[in-house]
Amino acid sequence: MSTDAITAHSAAGLSDARAHSSAVRHITTIAKRELTSYFASPVAYVFIVFFLLLCGFFTFMVGRFFQRGEASLIAFFIWHPWLYLFLVPAVGMRTWSEERRLGTIELLLTMPITPWQAIVGKFVASWLFLAIALALTFPLVLTVGYLGSPDYGVIFCGYLGSALMAGAYLAISCMTSALTRNQVISFILSVVACLFLILAGWPPVTDMLVQWAPNWLVEGVAAFSVMPHFESFQRGVIDSRDLVYFLSVIAFSLFTTGVIIRSHRAG
Amino acid sequence: MIKVHNLVKAFGSKLAVNDVSFTVERGEVLGFLGPNGAGKSTTMRMVTGFIPPTAGRISVGGFDMVSDPIPAKRLIGYLPENAPAYTDMTVYGFLNFTAELRGLSGESRKKAVHRAVEMCFLDSVLYQSVDTLSKGYRHRTCFAQSIIHDPDILIMDEPTDGLDPNQKHEVRTLIRRMGEKKAIVFSTHILEEVDAACTRAIVIDRGKIVANGTPRELRQKSDLAGAVSLRVAGVTGAVLRERLQQLPGVKRCAIVREEPGAAWARAYGAKGARDNELNQSLYELAVREQWKLIELKAEEGRLDEVFRAITLPDTPATSKEQAQ
Ligand SMILES: Nc1ncnc2c1ncn2[C@@H]1O[C@H](COP(=O)(O)OP(=O)(O)O)[C@@H](O)[C@H]1O
Ligand SMILES: [Mg+2]
Repeated sequence: MSTDAITAHSAAGLSDARAHSSAVRHITTIAKRELTSYFASPVAYVFIVFFLLLCGFFTFMVGRFFQRGEASLIAFFIWHPWLYLFLVPAVGMRTWSEERRLGTIELLLTMPITPWQAIVGKFVASWLFLAIALALTFPLVLTVGYLGSPDYGVIFCGYLGSALMAGAYLAISCMTSALTRNQVISFILSVVACLFLILAGWPPVTDMLVQWAPNWLVEGVAAFSVMPHFESFQRGVIDSRDLVYFLSVIAFSLFTTGVIIRSHRAG
Repeated sequence: MIKVHNLVKAFGSKLAVNDVSFTVERGEVLGFLGPNGAGKSTTMRMVTGFIPPTAGRISVGGFDMVSDPIPAKRLIGYLPENAPAYTDMTVYGFLNFTAELRGLSGESRKKAVHRAVEMCFLDSVLYQSVDTLSKGYRHRTCFAQSIIHDPDILIMDEPTDGLDPNQKHEVRTLIRRMGEKKAIVFSTHILEEVDAACTRAIVIDRGKIVANGTPRELRQKSDLAGAVSLRVAGVTGAVLRERLQQLPGVKRCAIVREEPGAAWARAYGAKGARDNELNQSLYELAVREQWKLIELKAEEGRLDEVFRAITLPDTPATSKEQAQ
């Protein structure tokens, strides 16, 4: 191998590494901006308070947390698919709609960054925001810890599953947000999409479907649902299939977001 | 620095930009002129890489905008139409963010932000939220964003739109000054800006380039260009017209206005006459006739007239010929 080839090779490696680190830097820059802008507005705090109040209400009043007499957070996690149904689209609806409404998308996409860096950066920021809201429910963990001796592994799995589910809903909201500059429409679309993901595998619905649809179809549709995947996390099981499910929903939705944004630009 | 070849953009079946080609070199300020809906913004959006062209090639500093967009975008500073900015950020936060995306960090970022703030007079609103800014300041903020990395190429879509006359003047001066070292393209539908800031102008109408030249060349396409108007005391319009028509070098003449005791006429020479030939023969005529000449003026041609002539739908094809 000639020295020229070696230097050319290492130069290519270097530029790869540089491209990689600049991608991370761009994503971080965009995520930081998004997150700062969330917390710059009082809506973020209202959202968090609202989220915590709803969690408390469902866990204690509807879920009868104390009457259950068990040291677990089942009464808490069981409501998350439904809570997120409205709360996550409320967070995600603005990601791209706002960008198009303000016209800043034209600035963002003429910067020396790739569209997917912007898409991932925005997604990560909103996901972090939801994770912060979720993390603020920690007093519940302290409460069960005080009252009994819970299995912390199961609780951790519950939180992990919940965060992943929030991420899946959020990616869908980002996608619908790219569809329209109207945030209300974007919100409604993503609620409908997320509702499908719940109902497709929600026992009351599947029980009904089984009456007139073949079993394989019902199960096939149910496989698309978040419910069975989130349930195993609640039971304290981290199954790679469930991880793959949530991550695929996220990856697919973000990929589609990119396609939608590109098709808008192509006119 | 910018080379655009046969650019086409179709929205559905509608051709917003139809076979547009031009080049811009360093040291040039290219004015993009045209009525609303002519395709100015669409062209700029393609050149900056915001929307992909339907056909044609765009090369920016040697990089192809479609196949190699990142290095091409690095060279460009862009001020989109209506000067968008994130309303929930402060001016400082916004400029820092764009500097960071431009790859500036640490001390060089601080310097870049400081420089842009100084150039655009943003000191007084630096920590104010963008949504509380007046239109002028908002505009400057977005402008500051476009020059933050001191780009070689600056592309501005209607940079003076919505500004007051002083601010307009400021922006034009800034464009002219920066144009000495950069390649600048800006669009406008205000004709004075062509004279005030451009070294060259392109007139675009319904997606096609209909004229391309220096402001002076464009002006000479006007019927008025080369005409001479004169105001004479003590003669009636009829006499003035008669004498003018007898003069060999005058192809056509018109009485512009008659005042008590004076008349105002305009004489058109034959196309291709030598410079100043007409003024001289008119002057000699006045001396011969012993007219009291109040004013004798060679017309330069008016841009608005040229603009109207080449962009109105029902003008003859001859006047739409492209200037070379
Ligand atoms: N995204 C789009 N979809 C469909 N038509 C468009 C789009 N953008 C611009 N056009 C059309 O293309 C033409 C040129 O528009 P534009 O480039 O904005 O003109 P200008 O900036 O010269 O006023 C207009 O007729 C406009 O309606
Ligand atoms: Mg425009």
